[in-house]
Amino acid sequence: MSYTGWIILTASLVGLSCSLIGVFLILRKMAMMADAISHTVLLGIVVAFLVTRELSGPHMLIGAVIAGLITALLVQWLYQLEIEQHASIGIVFTTLFALGVILISTSVGNAHLDVQHALMGEITFIPWETITLPLIGNVPEATALLAIVLIIILISIIAFYKEWKLTSFDPALAASLGIPVVLMHYLFMSLVSITTVASFDAVGAIMVVAMLITPAASAYLWTDKLSVMLVLSGIFGVISAVTGYIIAARIDTSISASMAFATGIIFLISFISSPKHGLVSKYTRPSISSLR
Amino acid sequence: MWSILYSSNFHWVLTSTLILGAAAGMVGCLAYWKKQSLMSDALAHAALPGVIIGFLLIGEKNIVYLILGAAISALIGAFFIQWVQSATRISEDTAMGMVLSIFFGFGIMLLTIVNRTAGGNQSGLDSFIFGQAASMVKSDVFTMLTLAIGVIVIVFVGFKEWKIYLFDPSFAKGIGLSLKGMNVVYTLVLVTTIVIGIQAVGVILIAALLIIPSVSARYWTDSFRLMISLSALFGGVSGVLGTFISAVGNGWPTGPFIVVVAAFFFVISLVLGKEKGILINYLERRSQRKQMLVTPSPSIINVKGGK
Amino acid sequence: MSKTVLKVENLTASYRKNYVLEDVNFEIAQGSLTGIVGPNGAGKSTLIKTLLRLHPPITGTVDFYGLPFKDAQRVIGYVPQRGSVDWDFPTNALDVVVMGLYGKIGWLKRPSKAHKRLAYEALQKMGMETYANRQISQLSGGQQQRVFLARALVQDADFYFMDEPLAGVDAATEKAIMAILKELKSYGKTVMVVHHDLQTVEDYFDHVLFLNRTVVKHGKTLQVFTKENITKTYGGNLRIHFAEEESHVVHPL
Repeated sequence: MSYTGWIILTASLVGLSCSLIGVFLILRKMAMMADAISHTVLLGIVVAFLVTRELSGPHMLIGAVIAGLITALLVQWLYQLEIEQHASIGIVFTTLFALGVILISTSVGNAHLDVQHALMGEITFIPWETITLPLIGNVPEATALLAIVLIIILISIIAFYKEWKLTSFDPALAASLGIPVVLMHYLFMSLVSITTVASFDAVGAIMVVAMLITPAASAYLWTDKLSVMLVLSGIFGVISAVTGYIIAARIDTSISASMAFATGIIFLISFISSPKHGLVSKYTRPSISSLR
Repeated sequence: MWSILYSSNFHWVLTSTLILGAAAGMVGCLAYWKKQSLMSDALAHAALPGVIIGFLLIGEKNIVYLILGAAISALIGAFFIQWVQSATRISEDTAMGMVLSIFFGFGIMLLTIVNRTAGGNQSGLDSFIFGQAASMVKSDVFTMLTLAIGVIVIVFVGFKEWKIYLFDPSFAKGIGLSLKGMNVVYTLVLVTTIVIGIQAVGVILIAALLIIPSVSARYWTDSFRLMISLSALFGGVSGVLGTFISAVGNGWPTGPFIVVVAAFFFVISLVLGKEKGILINYLERRSQRKQMLVTPSPSIINVKGGK
Repeated sequence: MSKTVLKVENLTASYRKNYVLEDVNFEIAQGSLTGIVGPNGAGKSTLIKTLLRLHPPITGTVDFYGLPFKDAQRVIGYVPQRGSVDWDFPTNALDVVVMGLYGKIGWLKRPSKAHKRLAYEALQKMGMETYANRQISQLSGGQQQRVFLARALVQDADFYFMDEPLAGVDAATEKAIMAILKELKSYGKTVMVVHHDLQTVEDYFDHVLFLNRTVVKHGKTLQVFTKENITKTYGGNLRIHFAEEESHVVHPL
């Protein structure tokens, strides 16, 4: 495949994985938790690197999952100590992220990891670092990692669809029915972490938040059905990724940033013109309260 | 390596991070009680495109214009968050996350273009991401100091108004305080603190300087006045120590060090704090348990009372 | 006396370090319809949540049908407070009712046609079948509560816990819900309901549990729903209630 082809494929995989996970993120009201995890994953990667001296996929995934779970646990712990949830999130992720940045800029050095890269991603480098897979041949490592993560996400969502739905909508009932709500929560946090870390190379710590929540939020304005919302969100994610690439190529700027920007454009369009919940509908349809 | 510590410029830088930390600590208390800790994070990220546009329009790094640009774009971000959550069923934290990441993305798009056209990192705008206090020159410091002191004065002068505005808005309205007016002043003070902090701490971590000291202060006092003073103290000391440490290394970013120092104070407060600190709680619980073992259980008392 | 289906002994629970339940003891007989009443902050919701292990107890034992909760879970149904969920969730009324069956459907399986039919019948019973495909945020408060009730019915449990099912609903819904509760009782099912309206207690429940951090009084409504017990539970500031209720509170025992 061509260089551009790999980049577009990688970007689309990022868009798809993130936007699927994002649907449950916003329904569980955990958008800012995703922001937190996307930052702390950096520390996980740095520590994994310091321990193994290798920047390979599996190490990074494990480091990221541990960092993500620690973030979730710490936030939960501070919350139980009566610190308001937003403040808990703010304390945990800024501190862990700061530690990650300090480690990078002082000890690890610029040779293997640099802050700029971690923050903004460098999708243009991705096609250069390939691995050879049986049957498929030479594939960029980051792309292969993303494909694996996407498969994990798809399997988890399809296999536990009704459990995700119920624990997101009514955790109390779920628990009374014997569904392990807490376990599902941490499983979900792990999924967010691996999605984030797999997308890290391509889009970096902050733009991944846009990929995670904006397509899902846009889809939320178009439909009242969870399955449709998932499909729409996935489509929006891929469109944002491709559009972002085109914009970046046109005006010669950061691809990841343009992808984040493109999610914003899709949201703006949805916000204005969605027939169900958009601004336009406010004027063309009678309000819901008068329907009741 | 240590020579920088003696330069007069560095003294100015230290002064500015001290005052900045104090201002952020005070405003952080307001944000804490308004339950908007993460709002500061969203607004800080949203300020980035404004900084770059300010630079593009003026063509040089004039801090007044950069701050102006940052303030405008942060305010637009705040407006969007408010609008999206009131006009649709999208929740506040989703709206914040979107504004945060999309505005930041837009800022990076612009920054990449600026860096390319200005030839490498000549513009020095990169330091806005993690903060580079040491790169500030005296005129920057003066602007920052003026604004930070302005913020401190506003919090200080309107102290009792802030108090009722935060604790009991409906009562505040009842006695004729304009909530709308207070909201405007609050947003302005918050945005000003954020944008002046950007240069020293960077857009990503400035929120920490607002959140962490105020929560730390909470562990030492129940009085709002004392909480604000303590938070200012924690913020100021973190600012100075963090700047100091980062100046030791070559090109070390200031922001992360300030945050880690602030987090250190937080952990100490969390464990040792005299209000609800972990240690105090543990000791109280232990003595409670001992008491429970000594006194008869409530059911026995009930039986006696029934006779 | 019919058989005891719930036995609570020495139950204590705290919420954020404050004891909200202390030394709670009571027994519930099969087929009873019990109203849990008490002032705000008396621990009514916490009691239910603690019984269902949604909230950790500090001490005490809870036996359902002589078994620990885990073994009896299958036969216990729960209706949370209406305000505890986000009604903007992208789903419709029928789907919410099907959720009541998730425990029975089991892991890795999807709801079948039969499950959906069961859910539809439950909606019918609550007079909600025309709203089956309606997005849940477009239902009125009363309609939302009926959907919750339908979801409980579909669980086909033996023992139901309901948290304020009558709060903020219209008169028609209140009537429909009470009819269903009486019907459940007639099948020998046991129901415990957190209730806030003292005026309707006598009409609705055959047992009352007065709760204020501990059980103040528990027994047959006719015997324990007295002015004295109400005062004991709510403290002295309930004059308004008495003024209205004086006439029908005092029954010959």
